[in-house]
Amino acid sequence: MFTRRCGRAAVIIALAFGPSIAFAQGPNLGTPISPAEIAAWDISIMPDGSGLPPGSGRPAEGSVVFAAKCAACHGENGKGGQNSALVGSPPLTSINATKTIANFWPYATTLFDFTRRAMPWPRPRTLTNDEVYALTAYILALNKIIGENDVMNATTLPKVRMPNRDGFIVRFPERMP
Amino acid sequence: MPGNGSTRGWEDLELVAGNGLLDRRAFLAGGAAVAAAMTGYTLSASAAEQLTDDPWSAKAGNRVTAYGVPSRFEKRVERTLTNPTGAPRTQHARTPHHLLNGTFTPNALHFVISHTGDPDVDPDKHRLVIHGLVERPLVFTLEALMRYPMVSRMAFVECGGNSAPLFSKEPVDATVQALHGLVSCAEWTGVMLSTLLEETGVDPKAKWLIAEGADSLALSRSVPMTKALDDAMIALYQNGERVMPGNGYPMRLLLPGWEGNMNIKWLRRIKLVETPAMSYYEARTYAPILPSGKAYQFYFLQEVKSFITHPSPGLKLNGPGFYEISGIAYSGNGRVSKVMVSADGGKSWALAALQEPVHPKAFTRFRVPWRWEGGPAILQSRAWDEAGNMQPTRDQIIAHRGETKTAVSNVTAFPSQHYNGPTSWGIERNGEVKHVYA
Repeated sequence: MFTRRCGRAAVIIALAFGPSIAFAQGPNLGTPISPAEIAAWDISIMPDGSGLPPGSGRPAEGSVVFAAKCAACHGENGKGGQNSALVGSPPLTSINATKTIANFWPYATTLFDFTRRAMPWPRPRTLTNDEVYALTAYILALNKIIGENDVMNATTLPKVRMPNRDGFIVRFPERMP
Repeated sequence: MPGNGSTRGWEDLELVAGNGLLDRRAFLAGGAAVAAAMTGYTLSASAAEQLTDDPWSAKAGNRVTAYGVPSRFEKRVERTLTNPTGAPRTQHARTPHHLLNGTFTPNALHFVISHTGDPDVDPDKHRLVIHGLVERPLVFTLEALMRYPMVSRMAFVECGGNSAPLFSKEPVDATVQALHGLVSCAEWTGVMLSTLLEETGVDPKAKWLIAEGADSLALSRSVPMTKALDDAMIALYQNGERVMPGNGYPMRLLLPGWEGNMNIKWLRRIKLVETPAMSYYEARTYAPILPSGKAYQFYFLQEVKSFITHPSPGLKLNGPGFYEISGIAYSGNGRVSKVMVSADGGKSWALAALQEPVHPKAFTRFRVPWRWEGGPAILQSRAWDEAGNMQPTRDQIIAHRGETKTAVSNVTAFPSQHYNGPTSWGIERNGEVKHVYA
């Protein structure tokens, strides 16, 4: 029963022999979960756009949603209020420069992911996918990263090139997979 | 009390470094006189002499409570809060290191950062899903996890922004709690993540996992699979009792030695993937800006660090005499191998005694005896780890990482992250202790 095994070695051996090896010699108390059930849990969006849901939105539509659901904290037109500004691009000329979407964020997909998972603060995960696309489009357009009439959807959003995309250095390359 | 006649044994001890630092081995030979000599810090006026029975000895005491709380005289021993009303922004609670001793942090004093408050998770309804690049996606209840083989280990958890005020151009006038209160250490007990991944199986394409919490912002971070299979734990217990709500009840991801924010609290989902998600906290928040305007990404490690807790600001020295200098050292790379202490601002150094056992990636208490002659002194500590890393000087860090252009006035601000240089405490003639640069 509670036999201690070297987990790491077991997994690596299993990898070496390929996925057909039976892994499970432990208690086996997990319950299988179906792809349909997983879909309800999985809200991860990747930089290549995988995970992005169907739907779309334009800056003008996002402007309306923003005024109703976001401006109370982030200020009119994203200029900042009791919470951070969403527009602006001050230069990164000091170590404590203000990080903004335009001067710092490397991927536009992060904006969709974070808005959908965490916003609005009092009622997270209540925005429709179209609303999240529209808000993403609105904020990117406010920052002049996309045009006023550009549509954001699962195809266009991952193609948005953020200004600071190449602004990063991996701290310990030897620890990266 | 120091200097009141109980220090005779110390007068023959050899100085090993400037400004009164004594041989660490004095502890091995010391007896009652040593203990008496080592209690020289006061927080308030000294107690009355006990000549007859005090009131608490003259009658039966209080009833025993079901869940103990510290003495009513210890009410000052508490965390400092940045957002006590729970306004819609991050809440920080900092550990009072100067009021604690030993090597682990009591649960109610463990530091907490909650970006949207602590969720009130019902353990019977909570689930952990493991999916993505696995052979068999599985969901685990807490009841199921409780039946798995468990492991206990000491581990510190440190916010990537701990010690950030030391990036200020001028020293911030603050206590060790304000400067370094976002690190704590506990004994964590739980199920190794590798045990669960054996049951789900791992697709060889999986290089990262995305971990996600059940808090209202569903905080998520990407973690390399190498770490996940090395020493990652699903922690269920903290210092013997169930994990505290602020620390992730009923389960958290524990990544010993790695940036606190990655140790996902209220863990509800793990997805194995090929590439990192570039989540908000890895793409934006925990990416410190360098003087060049570029920023570090995927810092992961909390590097070797130490700081002195006794004495430190708020603990006034009661006149010249013998004191124990004591502090905390730790490294995300493994065990602390050595700590040196200086009383003259880094000109000369004495080897500190390390409290055994020294656990990897955990707090190590260091101590060195000191005879304060009553003049100005600057105390510093410097640690080494078993991987050969040395705690850099502040000058070395600033040369590499920069400092702010103007003095930081808000002690709870985060001008940058991952400061692991020394902290200098200036001792003034009146015994007051102040944060300085040296």
